[in-house]
Amino acid sequence: MKRSSWAIPYALFLVVFVLLPLILVVVYAFQDSMGRFTLGNITKFFTDRDTLSTFAVSLEVALENTLLCILLGYPAAWILANRKLNRSAVTIVLFILPMWVNALMRTLATAELFNMLGVTLGKGTLLFGMVYDYLPFMIYPIYNILDKMDKSYAEAAADLGARPGTVFWKVTVPLSMPGVASGVLMVFMPTVSTFAISEFLTNNKIKLFGTIIQENINSSMWNYGAALALVMLVIIGLSSLLSGGEKEEMQGGLI
Amino acid sequence: MAEKIIEIQHVSKSFDGKRVLEDINLYIKKGEFLTLLGPSGCGKTTLLRMIAGFLAPDEGAILLDGKEMGDLPPHQRPLNTVFQRYALFPHLDVYDNIAFGLKLKKVPVDEIDRRVRRVLKLVAMSDYEDRDVETLSGGQQQRIAIARAIVNQPKVLLLDEPLAALDLKMRKDMQIELKEMHRKLGITFIYVTHDQEEALTLSDTIVVMNEGRIQQIGTPTDIYNEPVNCFVADFIGESNILKGRMIRDRRVAFIKHQFDCVDEGFGEDVPVDVVVRPEDIYFTTDPQKCQFKAKVNTCTFKGVHYEMWVDTDTGYELMIQDYDPYPVGSEVMLYIDPDDIQVMKKERTANVLEGKVTGDGKVELLGGEFPCDTSAYEVGDEVRVEIPFGGVELLDNREEGILSGEVHFILYMGDHYHLTIKTDDGDFLWVDTTDIWDKGDLVGITAAEKDIRILGRL
Repeated sequence: MKRSSWAIPYALFLVVFVLLPLILVVVYAFQDSMGRFTLGNITKFFTDRDTLSTFAVSLEVALENTLLCILLGYPAAWILANRKLNRSAVTIVLFILPMWVNALMRTLATAELFNMLGVTLGKGTLLFGMVYDYLPFMIYPIYNILDKMDKSYAEAAADLGARPGTVFWKVTVPLSMPGVASGVLMVFMPTVSTFAISEFLTNNKIKLFGTIIQENINSSMWNYGAALALVMLVIIGLSSLLSGGEKEEMQGGLI
Repeated sequence: MAEKIIEIQHVSKSFDGKRVLEDINLYIKKGEFLTLLGPSGCGKTTLLRMIAGFLAPDEGAILLDGKEMGDLPPHQRPLNTVFQRYALFPHLDVYDNIAFGLKLKKVPVDEIDRRVRRVLKLVAMSDYEDRDVETLSGGQQQRIAIARAIVNQPKVLLLDEPLAALDLKMRKDMQIELKEMHRKLGITFIYVTHDQEEALTLSDTIVVMNEGRIQQIGTPTDIYNEPVNCFVADFIGESNILKGRMIRDRRVAFIKHQFDCVDEGFGEDVPVDVVVRPEDIYFTTDPQKCQFKAKVNTCTFKGVHYEMWVDTDTGYELMIQDYDPYPVGSEVMLYIDPDDIQVMKKERTANVLEGKVTGDGKVELLGGEFPCDTSAYEVGDEVRVEIPFGGVELLDNREEGILSGEVHFILYMGDHYHLTIKTDDGDFLWVDTTDIWDKGDLVGITAAEKDIRILGRL
């Protein structure tokens, strides 16, 4: 058997489970309910005020969530990667441990906790749930890059006269930006498309883009749902390209 | 004499209970090019990092201009370092890398500009200021790293094996440039390397280190011509190191022949070590001049000279370097000038250990029980014990030994090897053997009863 034929099962898998569904999404997005070609689904998205405002809210929540994750995650990653402050691998596992529990279970439990404490569900609880769910995805890539960073960069900066604070802002932070960029990628887009967290933690008071797609699909409006999913896909694709390009320059990141 | 810019007084340092520097005393004169030279793990980099302020000494003090630096952090020390892997900031271009230190010191922009351009010119890298550091070759990065350090006009420039990552040709070129830069700048250089040739080429003063101790301090010619011990003789250049015996002043015996030499003051009939450099053994056709005869065993062309191994008429192997080759198998007549024989005091003539009598015919040494004639002593007596170098036996199988350890250092002495063995507990034993071992070999260690002699109670 030729070596290249080993790839056949994978190719088959890709066609059946990735390519075909994608084609279906595109086909559905450009059809009306009778199966005729139309651009109506796409134009509907850009003209429907409800959908657009939900989209705006989604982006806002995603942005806030991402910022919070960076603010909380960066220091956490820095502490974890600092051998003086963290001498054991156990602490890292503790940070990753929540990811081993089903996300739905965690969200439901969080909602119950808020109910028990009598906290009104809304924007605050939504962000709490989001940060709780996505923080590890921010911590891990940043931790990884900080942990592997050659410490001679920091030493060189100190040697050239930089105080510890200056070393951090002028060398450590810029050099860890690729980690932040992949963290952003892993937090930002999933937040836009999630619906479970907003459903459970706001009782559907706040709708996100993912919620709308889910509602449309659930009420058998396949074509409009597919069009929305396509919009989403394009945005994810664009933002990946953007952060990929930034990564080469090792500066900036998505924000 | 020039004033001392850095003084190191009784500095010691341990990592995890392991001593890496032991009572280091050293001063560095202003404007000097000083090299810390030694094999990896000898503590040279640790010492440099302490001067830079990245590590604090456990004991002792480091003085700059007569003032103790104490806990002064690196960013407050008027010293700059060129790192082994350069550590150029990948997120900054060449210009910003060099300007990094000046910007922190709030130097005016136009002065920064002037100084950056000046050092770029000095390291022959003008027109590179906008380049990304990652697009530069190793040699170019090296120049930028040096420029980044000297632009701050440090009192002392510290260089940690800066040429180690370059290929041979580039290394040679950079050596010349470094020497030239040192001359132009007039800054004190402290240079760390394991490359003895580099040290000999560059330095005003060489500090040879081994096992966390200074072995010898001197000018390159001093160190080369008058090594103080076998380690230095072996580490610097090629050498024939031989067992000898000082017969009287200016007369020494080795390879079972007697030679005139220039050394005095060792006493009469005293065992010594003798070093003869391979280029200092001369061929002659004049029977009057001939001191000993030998047969050429191998002859290899080395570019400038030929390297020959000869067997002497008394059964020793010597290395000789000469511009002319002599055919393999030929009988040759040889002589050595009195000036070229370096006599060294023997560091030790046998293993002398402290131990304890643990039972009838048993003595505990370095944590193992050795057989020994203990008839004159009682159980529990603490004693001093001697084992001659030839009395220690090494075994392939480490389980079969009373102790186990590894071959730490090998010295060829013309007709046998003199090995330094480091036991698993970190103690040292010295062994003479004709068996061939490699550095790092794991060995079992034993000794026969007849070779272990109790010298007396402690």
